[in-house]
Amino acid sequence: MDELTVNNLLGVENLTNNDFELIFNTANRFKEVINRPIKKVPSLRDITIANLFFENSTRTKLSFELAEKRLSADVVNFSASQSSISKGETLVDTVNNILAMKVDMIVIRHPHPGSAKFLSENINSQIINAGDGTHEHPTQALLDCFSLKEKFGDLKGKHIAIIGDIIHSRVALSNIFALKALGAEVMICGPKSLLPKYSRSLNVKVETDLIKALRWCDAANILRVQNERMNLNFFPSTREYFKLYGLNKEKLELIKKPITILHPGPINRGVEITSEVADSENAIILDQVENGVAIRMAVIYLLASKIKNITN
Amino acid sequence: MSNKVLLDSLKINVLLNRLSCQLLEVHGDFSDTVLIGLQPRGVFLLDRIVFLLKDKYGIHDLKVGRLDTTFYRDDFRRSEKIHSAKPTELNFEVEGKKIVLIDDVLYTGRSIRAALTAIDYFGRPSIIELLVLIDRRFSRHLPIQPDYLGVQIDALEGDKVRVEWKSKIRKDCVYIEK
Repeated sequence: MDELTVNNLLGVENLTNNDFELIFNTANRFKEVINRPIKKVPSLRDITIANLFFENSTRTKLSFELAEKRLSADVVNFSASQSSISKGETLVDTVNNILAMKVDMIVIRHPHPGSAKFLSENINSQIINAGDGTHEHPTQALLDCFSLKEKFGDLKGKHIAIIGDIIHSRVALSNIFALKALGAEVMICGPKSLLPKYSRSLNVKVETDLIKALRWCDAANILRVQNERMNLNFFPSTREYFKLYGLNKEKLELIKKPITILHPGPINRGVEITSEVADSENAIILDQVENGVAIRMAVIYLLASKIKNITN
Repeated sequence: MSNKVLLDSLKINVLLNRLSCQLLEVHGDFSDTVLIGLQPRGVFLLDRIVFLLKDKYGIHDLKVGRLDTTFYRDDFRRSEKIHSAKPTELNFEVEGKKIVLIDDVLYTGRSIRAALTAIDYFGRPSIIELLVLIDRRFSRHLPIQPDYLGVQIDALEGDKVRVEWKSKIRKDCVYIEK
């Protein structure tokens, strides 16, 4: 078996095709494990993992914690609101203090882009990026691609549209890198104010007409409107957003073909997607959640296999 | 590197028949028994034994599984060799069953220990037995011995014992790679 080419998972941008394949194969094995009556393996019983969440999270935090516990790792959780950050401690100091308590791996979510990379350069521990601001959210992209592969088999030549608030979305950026690496064609679609200026450099199709995007794609990844990251008004009203970019049954009926629907959650029902669509047969939103645990188990397992200092 | 043939296809065939008969003698109609091949190489031996039991001895209702022990191994992070996980397929309850673990070569016994741990995560069988084609004597790290045995061999620590199963281009063969 090959090893991952990376020691930390900071983003999907620097993963090789072999890395993707290794992660997906391992996740397949773990998906079988988490569907057993006893959903646990003892592999990481001598590893301690700290989950550092400097930003709110429900799903990702829970998913990471479950993945860690199902690998038998010891887990400590840390949230910014309860921490010494508010007392003025630097990020490196906080993390070094945690590492001094003999933690082997760090899962970090932080509002600043590049924070995971910054940590990896300053501390001697393995880092998994669980979302760094508007930059990357690698495990989300991996689980999205894994779910799409389950549905389509090979992603080569498949048309995937990422729809909605692209500019604030680390999910969009990680998905673009991952999907393109796996040979899919990618389109981003949303109101001009929510599309990034650098979209040309990403080598993706850009569309502002939702119906055109839906007609083009085999699967649509509907992103959440991230009100918390908007300090300006990016569109006049949620009602208008829903009218133009919200996915509903009527719009899907217009294109006369079934498309697979993804959403990274949490869903703003009635804003970017209606309940009817989110709960429909073609939506694989709950598969994404299940696969999230398997993908995170795979990533943690593969990175932990590189920690060799047993005797220290 | 040189290869020394230990068993040819004729001898392997005799051993497979004997092992199948021994299983038949102990397990009768296999109603409470499950045969579990260890991934990756034990499943080839399992397939051959299952074929004999069905084809030659008329046991059609066999419960058969494949078990991957990668996540239960004790050499995770300790060994240079990285194991790649293969599928586990145990589509039955192991609780209260008689299990026969099947692997091609018994060496240090650590894979078998991992298999015992793995089975523990699926339930509590009434007994677990071990069937191997080759037992490398004097090389065990753990107190594990086979219940059904093809042959015992002596091999030096650095040697590799390989079992090749017949295919379109080759015959069954067991050899030592020095």
